[in-house]
Amino acid sequence: MGPAEDFIGMGNFLKIFADKVFLKAVGNSFIIVALSLAIQLPLAMVLALMVGRKIRGRGFYRTVFFMPYVLSEAITAVMFRILYNPEASRGFINAVFQALGLETQAWLGNTKLVLFSIFMVLTWKYIGFHMLLYITGLQNIPRDIEEAALIDGVTKRQMITHITLPLVMGTVRTSVYLSVLGSLQVFAIVWIMTKGGPVNASEILSTYMYRFSFVRFQLGYGAAIAIMMLIIALIFSIIYRGFMRRTEYIA
Amino acid sequence: MSDDSAKKRTRLKERITGVLKYAILTIALILILTPIVIIVFGGLKTRGEFMTIPYIPPIPPRLQNILRILSMQDFWYMMRNSLVVTISATVGIVVVSSMSAFVFSRMNFKGKAVLFQFFTLGLMFPATVAILPIFIIVRQIGLQNNLIGVILVLTTFQISMSTVILRNFFMNIPSELQDAACIDGCNTIGFFWRILIPLARPSLAAVAALAVVNTWNDLLVALVLIDNEKLWTLQLGTMQFQGQYGQDLSLVSAFLILAAIPAVVFYIFAQRHIVSGLTAGSIKG
Repeated sequence: MGPAEDFIGMGNFLKIFADKVFLKAVGNSFIIVALSLAIQLPLAMVLALMVGRKIRGRGFYRTVFFMPYVLSEAITAVMFRILYNPEASRGFINAVFQALGLETQAWLGNTKLVLFSIFMVLTWKYIGFHMLLYITGLQNIPRDIEEAALIDGVTKRQMITHITLPLVMGTVRTSVYLSVLGSLQVFAIVWIMTKGGPVNASEILSTYMYRFSFVRFQLGYGAAIAIMMLIIALIFSIIYRGFMRRTEYIA
Repeated sequence: MSDDSAKKRTRLKERITGVLKYAILTIALILILTPIVIIVFGGLKTRGEFMTIPYIPPIPPRLQNILRILSMQDFWYMMRNSLVVTISATVGIVVVSSMSAFVFSRMNFKGKAVLFQFFTLGLMFPATVAILPIFIIVRQIGLQNNLIGVILVLTTFQISMSTVILRNFFMNIPSELQDAACIDGCNTIGFFWRILIPLARPSLAAVAALAVVNTWNDLLVALVLIDNEKLWTLQLGTMQFQGQYGQDLSLVSAFLILAAIPAVVFYIFAQRHIVSGLTAGSIKG
């Protein structure tokens, strides 16, 4: 029994690396991770820098920006399925496009657009969470450091690039870590909005794993995909820990 | 002269950045709020109005879609199931993780460090990756299609994070307090119940608020473990509802409004606790 089982297991792993759709799912997952790091987190930082300061109504801004985080992924996904409706008479986003004289789009039906459309939803939902982390990080910066810098005649821009940002690097690292792990785990939003389609254009690791495990009931192959997900997460964690240790020495 | 004009220039600059700041914030505000507002508008219209005038405010608001959903028995089953799962899992998470955090912060025994490392491994093991073995185990112990199965899985997956948060908090309580309590004749369990738990109330609230949000919003675990319609949670129901009534977008919007109300109300009342739970969890975990 033992050797035969091992053999099948290896078979699944050999199959997985020849599976074009699997490789596509890995690629798409990485694209979502990369977009989150390159677009979502910087935007969250901009919001945090503005809302974290003394401005009128900052409590209100924070409450609103964080609100999507508490709405479930299921509700968010169904909401945006309606808003992304390809007909301008039913889907608000296309209605706005039409009003601006732009061409309407099949946001979830176009293989070239679909991943970007999903990423926009993820940004809508999670930007407030990262903003919140940054605000907490900013608040932990001792006041007197900034005051001392001001006395030394530092400009506002210098203050942000040379003092504020280096001091919130710890928080940034945390949010990068959470963002990567979170992006690798996204499931409900993609599954409800597109089921990984059209023609696997928005297939990501979690939807592919779910399809094989619970729709086609090929548990062995599903498990092989799950193990790959775990390995990717582990590799990232190890890199992250190594990186953390190195930068801590420098700091 | 030149000094004066420089001052003027910086003042002008400041004013421009101020205006720019509010412009950016307003755009962000519009981008975040518009999707919600449009769905709320849609849910308060008749199907016919939704087809002809989908985006203008619903004046007067039509409650027929809302009432239709409120009269569906299935909707109330979903609400009840979600409440049962969320309350049970939250109680489970708070009880188990406060005790384990106590052990990890206040007691010394062989292998404690290794055991704690093992606990924090759970932070890296998201339910998505482990869902297949979870499914197999739950089926083997006969808890498939049973809310107890969902509750146990959701509880287990949040114990790691909650334990780490509470352990950090417990470690900040000075050990002199325990020594003093011991002298006054308080044993370990008495110290835990009468001193530590009351002191830890804010972090217990944070952990509980986080647990509520995470369990209430779960889709995957319920999706994998529950087939029986009567046992669907609200999230599972939301997904199925749009599959079933996908053509009637005003009805689906009305369903979304009702399905979102519990979370939004909870958010309004527990915002502070959710936020402190999230930041404590992410920054220390």
